[in-house]
Amino acid sequence: MFTSLSQKLTGVFDGLRRRGTLSDADVDTALREIRIALLEADVALPVLKEFIAKVREKASGAAIVKSIQPGQMVVKIVSDALVELLGAEAVPLNLAAQPPAVILMAGLQGSGKTTTSGKLAKYLTERQRKKVLLASLDIYRPAAQEQLRQVAAQIKVECLPIIAGEKPEAITRRALDTARLQAFDVLILDTAGRLHIDESLMAEIKAVHALSNPVETLLVADAMTGQDAVNVAKAFRDALPITGIVLTRMDSDARGGAALSMRQVTGAPIKFLGVSERPDGLEEFHPQRVADRILGMGDIVSLVEKAAANIDQAEAEKMAAKMQKGQFDLDDLLSQLRQMKKMGGISSMLSFLPGMSAMKDKIPGDAELQFKRQEAIILSMTPGERRNPKLLQASRKRRVAAGAGVDVPAVNRLLKQYEQMADMMKKFGKMSKKDLMRGGMKGLFGGQ
Amino acid sequence: MSFWTRLKDGLGKSAAKLSTGITDLFTKRKLDAAALEEFEELLITADLSPRLAAKLTEKLRKTRFDTEVSDEEIKQFLAGELTTLLTPVATPLRLEAGLQIVLVVGVNGNGKTTSIGKLAHYYAGLGRSVGIAAGDTFRAAAVEQLAVWATRAKARFYPGDGTKDAASVAFQSAESAARDGVDLLFIDTAGRLHNKEHLVAELAKIRRVLLKSIPEAAIQTVLVLDATTGLTALSQVEVFKDAAQLTGLIVTKLDGTAKGGMVAALADAYGLPVHAVGVGEGIEDLQPFVAKDFAERLCSIDAE
Ligand SMILES: Nc1nc2c(ncn2[C@@H]2O[C@H](COP(=O)(O)OP(=O)(O)O)[C@@H](O)[C@H]2O)c(=O)[nH]1
Ligand SMILES: [Mg+2]
Repeated sequence: MFTSLSQKLTGVFDGLRRRGTLSDADVDTALREIRIALLEADVALPVLKEFIAKVREKASGAAIVKSIQPGQMVVKIVSDALVELLGAEAVPLNLAAQPPAVILMAGLQGSGKTTTSGKLAKYLTERQRKKVLLASLDIYRPAAQEQLRQVAAQIKVECLPIIAGEKPEAITRRALDTARLQAFDVLILDTAGRLHIDESLMAEIKAVHALSNPVETLLVADAMTGQDAVNVAKAFRDALPITGIVLTRMDSDARGGAALSMRQVTGAPIKFLGVSERPDGLEEFHPQRVADRILGMGDIVSLVEKAAANIDQAEAEKMAAKMQKGQFDLDDLLSQLRQMKKMGGISSMLSFLPGMSAMKDKIPGDAELQFKRQEAIILSMTPGERRNPKLLQASRKRRVAAGAGVDVPAVNRLLKQYEQMADMMKKFGKMSKKDLMRGGMKGLFGGQ
Repeated sequence: MSFWTRLKDGLGKSAAKLSTGITDLFTKRKLDAAALEEFEELLITADLSPRLAAKLTEKLRKTRFDTEVSDEEIKQFLAGELTTLLTPVATPLRLEAGLQIVLVVGVNGNGKTTSIGKLAHYYAGLGRSVGIAAGDTFRAAAVEQLAVWATRAKARFYPGDGTKDAASVAFQSAESAARDGVDLLFIDTAGRLHNKEHLVAELAKIRRVLLKSIPEAAIQTVLVLDATTGLTALSQVEVFKDAAQLTGLIVTKLDGTAKGGMVAALADAYGLPVHAVGVGEGIEDLQPFVAKDFAERLCSIDAE
């Protein structure tokens, strides 16, 4: 659905390589593309306009460095500006207060406050050795308090006992007393989701804030939020002194323009990203990664980390050595297919790579099934055939096809794919690390 | 409160915004390139998606470029276009004789469980025998939450037997519902992101299992969408429509400040029926989707 911005800009600037500076007209053309890319990433329009004005200022008349294409250069300017806006440095959670340090969670319905409260409690307990108390002030949504209680039990963090019928302010007082008496370091107040235009509920959370005097008031927002992000952020900012933003569901395919909108409007730093439904699915915020993602530039760092977390180190080293030599047989393909499956499927992987988002749409929906078939085909070959695929002539192919329960064309397709991969691996072997980062994976996948 | 006062209350802000914007733009103004660009931007801020915004702007350009236009004419144009677009998708849930199953799916926190409560109440009020099954076996306290709604809606409740297997909960509840003479069974499911292939595949499995005892025609799969969602609304529908054989949509949280626009973008791209809209957290806060009124409210052209 989304075409990579750098690809588009490369097109825009194709004819311009010999000129010395970026002209206003060049910049305008590029900015139009950037505008569309950012709108497609759900950056809210007022925020976008301000941003574009800033980039125009920086890009106009900027000297073109010889070795870099103008398109890439504009992308660099845009990306730097994005990072600056998102907050170049990570701002850690502030817990400097007379204990209990109170963290107040605020946000719309369904934005992920309860799950995030649990994740934060786990994070503080395990990584910072804090004694954390959770308390739910959500007396409205059915079973909301019960949900937090169960979440707390799961992660083995204490939760304020539920008293039926108690009002949020009373719960807050009781939570504060309990935290003080039992020497908790941190008290996390999970609140009911509320619409920013709901006056009585906004008044309620203001009262809770006044009562609990939190060191952190975190606005929890869904990464998939659209243009409305500005309205939401404004209203919460006006009602509460927001100290940080948690962007949830960053494991979706959202480009996350809401991050920019929220950050710009509240002026508060983004502190965490929610990246899975699991209790440990909370990550610290890295502006460059989010900037890349908003720009559709892929996220090499994430890919590398994700890969590292899932790939067997020894296996990977063996593979790397083979790649350097340009060797790549069907056993390697098999182990790669399996690695990919571990990494969350090919489409999830592709979304991390620059220039690959377009490719992603071409992956059929039944990719997992494909994996299984391909695996079966390779497993139906003899070890000799796997090492030396040239052995596979017609009769052997028929045998393999029968063994895997597929037809011969399916075997041929796999072999074709293998050849392409082997080819790619040869290129890969010749590429230095620097080339890889600069040219991105596009070069490998038949770009230049 | 009528549907329209409610929806208007909810839509008030976004509609008002769009409408003031249009007035500022076009009162005694020539429709030049700059005006068209501003028009397009206005549509985008209403979450109409860049693609649909461009399409509508192009249409406006073709018919009115370089002529003097009043804001009223622009609003009429927009309302007309949106009504045409939305009319074919304004269809209620299918209700036929025999047990009908509605599988309710969507991303976490979109309002599936709440919408089931409201739907159950609505159809019970129409004299249907309604059941609710707790197919969300993942989220903490999901069953407890749904149980409260079942009680409020006076619907039969099928909590499952504590198993983690959503498909078996669905299957058993369908069997029991058939025995109990239920006409309409809503099956809740765990929230899932559309880009998690294995979770999406689980929905296909639930359907497959249901098909063992229920004819395909009696199963509807409804995607619940949060109106504050941006362009991923499109990719959500794109994925779920094939993987879960979507038959329709419910759009929630239209009582907030966003919305409206994305419903149009979806109608434009997919044309799936919109069965109902959520306009609050109460049991009555669910309304049928009416194209003309929705379009007019969005442009704030008041027909009353
Ligand atoms: N304002 C508003 N809130 C809603 C609406 N529908 C659901 N919600 C709220 O959104 C939150 C998530 O709803 P829930 O039904 O639990 O979502 P699920 O995870 O999809 O089942 C709850 O706090 C609901 O009260 C709506 O139409 N308007
Ligand atoms: Mg639910």
